[in-house]
Amino acid sequence: MIKLENISFDHCIKCTVCTIYCPVARATHHFPGPKQSGPDTERLRIKNPELLDDSLKYCTNCKRCEIACPSNVKIADIIQSSKWRYFKNVFRVRDFFLARTDLMGSVATRVSYLVNFFIKLFPVKFFLDRFMKIPSERRFPKYAQGTFLSWYNKHRKEQEAFAEKAVYFHGCYVNYNNHDLGKDVLTVLNAINVGVIVTDEKCCGVPLIANGYIDKARKNALFNIHSLEKSASAIGARIVSASSSCSFALKHEYPNLLEIDNSAILDDLDYITRFIHERFENGNVPAMKPVPVRAAYHSPCHLERMGGVMNTIEVLKKIPGLDLTILHSECCGIAGTYGFKKEYYKVAQKVGAELFKRIERVNPEIVITDCETCKWQIEMSTPYRVEHPVTVLARAIDGKKL
Amino acid sequence: MRLMKRIETEAIVIGGGATGAGTLRDLTLRGVRAVLIEKSDMASGTTGRNHGLLHSGARYAVNDLESARECIRENKILKKIARHCIEDTGGLFVTLPEDDPSYHGKLIEHCKYAGIRCEEISVQEALRIEPNLNPNILAALRVPDGTIDPFRLTSANVLDAQERGAIVLTHTGVSGVIREGDRATGVNCRDRRTGEEFEVFGGIIVNASGVWGQELCASAGIALRMFPSKGSMVIIDYRINNVVVNRCRVPSDGDIVVPGDTVSLIGTTSKKVDYDKIDEITVDQDEIATLLESGEKLIPNVSRTRVLRAYCGVRPLIAVSGEMDGREISRGIVLIDHEKRDSVGGFITIAGGKLMTYRLMAEMAADLACAKLNLKKRCRTRTTALPGSERKLDQAKSVKFFTGIPNSVVGSTLYRHGQRIRNILHRDKRNYGLICECEMVTEGEIEYALKKLNAKDIVDLRRRTRIGMGPCQGQLCAYRAAGLFVKYDSATSTESNKMLVDFLEERWKGIKPVLWGDALRSVEFCYWIYQGLFGLGDVKFPEEGEDR
Repeated sequence: MIKLENISFDHCIKCTVCTIYCPVARATHHFPGPKQSGPDTERLRIKNPELLDDSLKYCTNCKRCEIACPSNVKIADIIQSSKWRYFKNVFRVRDFFLARTDLMGSVATRVSYLVNFFIKLFPVKFFLDRFMKIPSERRFPKYAQGTFLSWYNKHRKEQEAFAEKAVYFHGCYVNYNNHDLGKDVLTVLNAINVGVIVTDEKCCGVPLIANGYIDKARKNALFNIHSLEKSASAIGARIVSASSSCSFALKHEYPNLLEIDNSAILDDLDYITRFIHERFENGNVPAMKPVPVRAAYHSPCHLERMGGVMNTIEVLKKIPGLDLTILHSECCGIAGTYGFKKEYYKVAQKVGAELFKRIERVNPEIVITDCETCKWQIEMSTPYRVEHPVTVLARAIDGKKL
Repeated sequence: MRLMKRIETEAIVIGGGATGAGTLRDLTLRGVRAVLIEKSDMASGTTGRNHGLLHSGARYAVNDLESARECIRENKILKKIARHCIEDTGGLFVTLPEDDPSYHGKLIEHCKYAGIRCEEISVQEALRIEPNLNPNILAALRVPDGTIDPFRLTSANVLDAQERGAIVLTHTGVSGVIREGDRATGVNCRDRRTGEEFEVFGGIIVNASGVWGQELCASAGIALRMFPSKGSMVIIDYRINNVVVNRCRVPSDGDIVVPGDTVSLIGTTSKKVDYDKIDEITVDQDEIATLLESGEKLIPNVSRTRVLRAYCGVRPLIAVSGEMDGREISRGIVLIDHEKRDSVGGFITIAGGKLMTYRLMAEMAADLACAKLNLKKRCRTRTTALPGSERKLDQAKSVKFFTGIPNSVVGSTLYRHGQRIRNILHRDKRNYGLICECEMVTEGEIEYALKKLNAKDIVDLRRRTRIGMGPCQGQLCAYRAAGLFVKYDSATSTESNKMLVDFLEERWKGIKPVLWGDALRSVEFCYWIYQGLFGLGDVKFPEEGEDR
């Protein structure tokens, strides 16, 4: 228990900046803040694991503390790993299913009409709320019919014909819920003369980590690293993802939290707007039609942690006619599966309240953000539609209505 | 003319270290009225400046069998009467490749003579018990070592005595012993905070002032030679070991790593110092280098950790006859009846010994004191538990009782105050807000220390609660604590500002020798708050009590 390998907590100089930037500590007194839950109490847990506090569970793993930390302490990682290292693993049906986006998706996409219909019914909502502790207020993302992968397989040939190719890690959301986003990725990359290769993949592991299924997350990580490396290195391609959390997991959660060596793919990994921005900078800008829309841009926490927000903004700025307001950086509160749990629902909404207010003040026609769960949260909590930057870009390229 | 204040009592104990506090408690338990006088704070001298090892005696078994026997006997008693001051961690003696392999067998044999349970275990087993141990060790022994918190121990002794009627005067210097003919009858005192002078008279004076006893004896006209030996230690920011790790060799510099609450300590050196320098000793760079180097040999992780601070203490070695120095002088207990030795009645000295044997020393001193007072009362400290240790602690039960208060807070308070936790934390008073976040010290605990544990300033408060002993060394908690002194009417705002400055200056004294890496960054930030934000370096305070 006391064997010490990761000692980043020891670099904390107690400046407390992280706590000031913590959206959860601001929303509830039940969470004492990253400094205390992370480096401070880590010292106590090393001494005696019984000194673990339940309050740790309030952390959303948004990583804003890590951005704020001037001492490079892996605060959120300390909290996450303490959660699964010291808490007794209690099996919860809800957490099991929330964590298994793969399993849920592959079943639900076969009967998506039924699932989408039933999940909105009052008795189902009541059951979920009462017995599964999933708040009845929470809206679920719709399931698509079939998977993105099966659609893609019909188009694989055309994509392989491109001289330059990129390996696309589509993630569960695109595969099971939003095929259109995946198609938009193809539209945009094809427009800059890049073919899209899709390879075997499993859930990146973010929901598994959040719910304490670390072994499964590690297994998925190893699978993904191996599979991506095989397809990317064979053709010297970059690996792109259009989900900021998937991208963050591949890049940072694998080595830091899961302690899995991802050096085989690390240098090839790009979040999609970074990849596009680089091409744009090199003069490879496709012809675009104006998109005369008033939009507000919300930057997701994990993209901020990766330092990728600037790329998205730069890419969006290239779209003619787009009237873009960049929102002050705030957390939306959902934090993946966190906002789907009854015990945290109120906190999640309170965390997001400031963002919702700011969006309303802008009163845009659409909101743009890179993260699918941010999208769910904003669409549920405000009257606005939310789109991915790549989707907006694709509409500028193909001229279809946004 | 103003009449000088006088206190009449039966016994006067001078020195608020473990021995003095233990003697006060022992006497009080026998029904003797007693007054304790301490020039600074309880456990502020040698008692509070060791590595807090609850010796099994194994460390002395080869060289000093008598001490080893005393240790194991007291070890067993303290585990019963001072539960909340002790962690029964167990200890290891490990042989490094460069150590003499024959010492291992010698130690086993001598432990048997001394009655110390000493069990040979495999290297694998040792690494299981202590995963951070150097994997290259050749052999390992298991002994019943543990750790003991000297501050808590002293404070618990004083608290018990006070609750039974004893008077405790801290921050009170003894300026001289009052003699009437061939008897010492009292002492002249001076409250160092208010400057007030007064006298205390009693039938017997127990000199338990350790290395400072030479001066006290001199003021009574008695010649007693002390041989101060300096021991230095460094503290690691967090616990790198679970159990006490000793090096299996003839005791030498830097051969022990002790886990202590949330930190680990590497001890200790032994250096002779001049008697007139005992109040101004500092840790030398070469001592720190030796300690870190040796500590790393036992636990390689030491090289990657942040050193929190370094400190040193003076061993009160006493030479009753002849002169010797350093490790050669016996650390045995010395009890002197000055009536016999120097023809000065009413005055006895208890010195030498170790923190480990404080209770035994107190018993010996109290036995002699009672004999001098013609009282026939038996010692009861062997079996009477200290306040907080009355019952065996159950963390789970306490956590449940205090539902709503974070486990880390309940656990830490319980750890420090044992059964007394219920006098400290109150759900309905909401007094569990954290003042020191590194060590989980609550407002309730500070209020308790101010009202019940004789904490007169923030430095005292640190010894009662561990405030400011974490990685930031008082960077934020010191300010909050200073505010609480005012809130609970323990100081005026000027006084509390002065305390704040004194406290931070005291902390820095211990950090200065280890200022590199993260410790340096931390101090820079701390200094910015101190000077940049509050401008405390330039504040002028009224003269100290002494000069009023």
